[in-house]
Order: sequence, then structure tokens, then C-alpha cells
Amino acid sequence: MEQALAWYLSLFFMVLVAGVFVWVRLNSTRSAQFEPIRDRAYRFRPRLFWALVILGVPVMGATLMMAPYGAAEGLLSDALHVEVEGRQFAWSMSESGARAGQTVVFHVTSADVNHGFGIYDAQMRLRAQTQAMPGYTNRLVHVFDEPGTYRILCLEYCGMAHHAMEAQFQISASR
Amino acid sequence: MSDTTTAQDRAHWGVLLYLGVTGVVILLMMLLGLLMRLDQATVLDLGLAGFYRVMTAHGAGMVGIMSLGGAAVMWHFLSRYVSLSVGILVANLVLFLLGAVLVLGSVFLGGFAGAWTFLYPLPAQPMGMWSAHAAAAYVLGLLSIGTGFLLLHLDIARAILQRYGSLPRALGWPQLFRNDPSEPPPATVVASTMVLIVNILGITAGAAILAMTLVNLYVPALAIDPLLAKNLIYFFGHVFINATIYMAVIGVYEILPRYANRPWKVNRVFLAAWTASTIMVLIVYPHHLLMDFAMPVWMLAMGQIISYTSGLPVLVVTAYGALMLVHRSGIRWDTASSLLFLSVFGWAAGVIPAIIDGVIPVNMVMHNTVWVPGHFHFYLLLGVAAMILGFMYHLRSSAAGRRDTALDRVAFWAYLVGGLGFVMSFLYAGANSVPRRYAEHAPQWVAYDQVASVFAVLVVVAMAVFLLRFLAGLRPVTPAA
Repeated sequence: MEQALAWYLSLFFMVLVAGVFVWVRLNSTRSAQFEPIRDRAYRFRPRLFWALVILGVPVMGATLMMAPYGAAEGLLSDALHVEVEGRQFAWSMSESGARAGQTVVFHVTSADVNHGFGIYDAQMRLRAQTQAMPGYTNRLVHVFDEPGTYRILCLEYCGMAHHAMEAQFQISASR
Repeated sequence: MSDTTTAQDRAHWGVLLYLGVTGVVILLMMLLGLLMRLDQATVLDLGLAGFYRVMTAHGAGMVGIMSLGGAAVMWHFLSRYVSLSVGILVANLVLFLLGAVLVLGSVFLGGFAGAWTFLYPLPAQPMGMWSAHAAAAYVLGLLSIGTGFLLLHLDIARAILQRYGSLPRALGWPQLFRNDPSEPPPATVVASTMVLIVNILGITAGAAILAMTLVNLYVPALAIDPLLAKNLIYFFGHVFINATIYMAVIGVYEILPRYANRPWKVNRVFLAAWTASTIMVLIVYPHHLLMDFAMPVWMLAMGQIISYTSGLPVLVVTAYGALMLVHRSGIRWDTASSLLFLSVFGWAAGVIPAIIDGVIPVNMVMHNTVWVPGHFHFYLLLGVAAMILGFMYHLRSSAAGRRDTALDRVAFWAYLVGGLGFVMSFLYAGANSVPRRYAEHAPQWVAYDQVASVFAVLVVVAMAVFLLRFLAGLRPVTPAA
């Protein structure tokens, strides 16, 4: 799951950076000539830079391919289209549910201020989101894997009852 | 007393005034932050309106004060290379304080709770929470603060142009692109030039959307395109808050070499990194809009890619340079050098969760969770604030001759442990999908808030010690007879 991956990757790299800082701190009180240290560090720096570039290029390429923006193009005809409108402080949706495994296209907009259309599963894990903006319609394509009651929370601050702006979306077992 | 000495004294006191205000406001804003965490932890009850008002004041206050503190660091060191106006320095502070009064009045008297981002059209559609006048006071407050900083950066531009002739020269482009053998500008001048370029553009965009918001409050028929408004707000907001660390890092470039007794050399890699950062800070802001599918896709792809590449100068130049400088240097460790070293770690480590959140499929399940405050508190608390505090301690010891005591060392460790625990609580809760900007948390989220509150208390106590030690140590030590 993306959240766990994000957490462990961040933790790994942050601990790595922390480890280097701690190591340098522990080795800081002994004194040595600067020039050899600097020259060695300057020789290593381009390798570090290119390693980060080489790491970054495939990651950027692969993750950009997974971007959700064009997902609504060329969908199968059995996709369920749901019109969603946010308003302070409630969601209105043209459908109340779908089948597990069915492709659902949410057409999300707002009647007043900015809102965030966030889909939470039964374990309160955020599965997908898009912004709900007045004057614009964002198309979010999502396939629900598991049957159950999903909760729609607002993920853009919209006023006093922002935290209470909630709806439900029922997913039944696939045929 | 000569005129030069008097001018130097005025400048010194001007910087001290900035730092005093910065310290007091950071502490107050930290207390507001702690109140929010305690409210979410169900330890106290601010009420819904109270929570969102505190949230608005905390956000706007922290963004503004980090900029003021960063400006103090930059101005102090830059004034050694170019001739800056003390009058403009003071004018900025006056406009800042005027703006702060307007913002605080709009929030705590007028009830404005539109978040520091004042996303259009929320200021004009409060569902009875505040009046148009309260929203207007907030907008005018931000305009006053922005005007002050604009004046400051224009004065810095004037002074740099007077000394170096052009902004490309002050960025070291002749040395970078033409192999000019002459000495490049000092790191402080390069950094200040980058900051003035991005902040003048950022503040201008901010002023434009603030002015449009103000008109819309009283003439609703003059509507704004919400997507345009969002672009302007996040362009301004991203540039302005990022500029704080590019100003404050000057303290690292100037102070750490003295402790390590080694030079921070400005070479072509350094110059290339700062030129690249100038461009990247200006074009990375669409990473705040990755969930706005109506945006042009190329801008969103750019947001993701630049999020990653903008981390490279931080890691490969500034963090790498600081590590190289300190390694086996026999450096003298005290609270100032420790805070500055911590600040570089805070910046380098803090960009990691930011880069990861900037990856679009990750953003899809992390955007507007508390992962976001997790990463910006990382680099603000352990990066920018630590740089400003390190500078304050440096002035305390270098200008006033004060020595550290055990209390300072305890405060440093409390700040480090409290800060790390606090930001990691945010990140862990974000990885567990806890939404940001919620006055009430579901029962399963409250434990994260309670843990975060304990660490936040440590940070607040440490900050109080830092501030008191700074204020009490301003008077120079009288040498023993």
C-alpha cells in the first residue's frame, strides 16, 4: 500500500541522513587537515549527484505513468458514473453505491467553496481523493476492491464543520 | 562616537529587535500549536470556532515570523557586504507589527478562521462565522506584511545592484558560465540575490490575489476564477515560506566556518546549485495542486519532477558542504554551533517526506493528511527555527560575550528530542490517513495527538529557555576589574 511504502521509504532515507550526521558529529572533535578531506569529498560528490539522478529518472518515469489524470479516457461502457457535489457541509451524490470490482467515475465539483473528496475504507485508510472546486469538475476513477461501507470525508478546509462533512458509499459484492 | 559607529549600533539594535520579536512570536505561535494538539488529544476543548481561529492565527503567524527571523539573519550578514538602509529595516518591522495586529484582530475579535491560505472563495462564504470586515482586516494584515517585505527586498536589490552591477553578477554567473577567474560573490550575496528574486515575484503574486479577494469581499459580482486564485495563493505561499530557509541558511554559511575554522568556499557547484534553486523554487509550486485534476497535466508532472530535483541542491551542496566542513575539524561545540548543525540535518531530512509526498500516486493518498504538516514542521522547526535560534545564540556569545550553561545544553536536547518526536508523530499519523485541519479527531487518532502533545510541550519549554537566555544575555558582559 502506498502509505506504508511512503512511511518506510521516508524512514529509511531519514535514518540514513541522520546516521551520516551522527557519524560526522562523532568524528568532529578530532582535528585533521582540511584539504585531503575536501578533495576526497569533492571527488565523491559528482558520484552522489549522478546516483541520485539515476535513482530519480526511473522512479519519476514509472510514477508519472501511474498518474490518475487521464484515467477517465477510453473507459469500458459498464463504468458507473457518479455526479458528486460538495457544499458546506455535505456531499450530494447521484449514486449511493457500486459493485466491488466495478470501475466508478466520480465527477466531482463544488457548489460553494473548495472541498476535498476523500474516499476512506472501513479501516479508515484513505484510498483516493480529488479536489472539489467551484466552477470545475474533476474526474476521479476508482475501482473498489472490497465490499463494505466507504466513507467520504472532506480533505480541504471549508469552514466550521469541515471535519463533520461526511457521506457514505456502499460497495456490494461483485456479481 | 563616530557616525559609522552610530550607524552600526542602529543596525545591530535593529537586528536584535527583529530577533526579540521573532523569539516572542515563535513562542506564542508554538503555544497556539500546542493548544490545537491538546484539543485534538481531548485534553482541553477550544470549541470548533476556537480551534479553527487558533489554526488560522498559528499558520499565518508562523509563516510571517519565520520570514522575519530569516530576514534578520540575512540582513545582519548581508550588511557586511553591501550598504543597506536601516530605515527600511525598521519600516518592514513596523509594517509587520501593524499587519500582525490586523491579523490577530481579524481572528480573535472578528472571528476570521479562513486558514492562513485564505482559499478563494472561503473568505467571502463563511457560513456566518465572520463578517466581510473581519476577512478584510485579515487580507489587509497580510498586505501590510507583504508590503514591508517587498520594501526590504527592493532595498536589498538596490544595494546589491549598486555593489555588483547586475543580479546575474551577484549570482556569480560570470564565474559559473564564462569561467571568469575573478573571485565570485560571497555565499551571503548569492543567497540574498536568489531570495530577493523569488520573493519579489512571490509577494507580487500574493498582493494580486489579496487585492482581488478584498474587492470580491465587498463586490461579490467581481468573481475570481477559483483555479487562478489557487495558483496565485500557492505560488505566493510556496515561494514565501521556502524563502525563509534560503535566508536563514546564510547563518550556517557564515557562522559554522568560524566554529570549524575552515572556509565555506563558493565554487561553481555552489553557484550552479543556487541558480538552479532560484528557478526551481519558482516553478515547483504545482506540487500543491496535484489533486486538482483540472490543472494542465504538464504543470502537475513538472510539480512532481521539480519536487525531486529541488531536493538535490539541499542534499548535495548545503548538507554535504556542512558535513565536509565539520568532519574532523576539531570544531567547538556550543549551543549555537549545535543548533546550526541540527538545522542542516532538519533541512536535509525534512525534504525527504516532502519529495515522497510530491510523487503523484503517493499524493493521491497523502495529500491533506497530517503527513503534510509533518514534513513542513520538520524543516521549519528543525531547519529554519534552529537556524534562527543558532544565530541568536551566536550573537549572544560573540557580541555579548555570554557563555553557555547546563541549562542551554538541556534546552538543546529537549528541543531536538521534542522536535523529532513531534514531527515523527505527525508523519506516522499521516501515513495512517489522519486528515489535517480537523478540529475533532476520530477516537482511533487521538493517541497520535496525545503522543505529539507530550513532544510539543518539550519543544515549547525549550523554546522558552532559548528566548529567556537570549533576552537576558543581550547586555554585554562587563569585564572583571
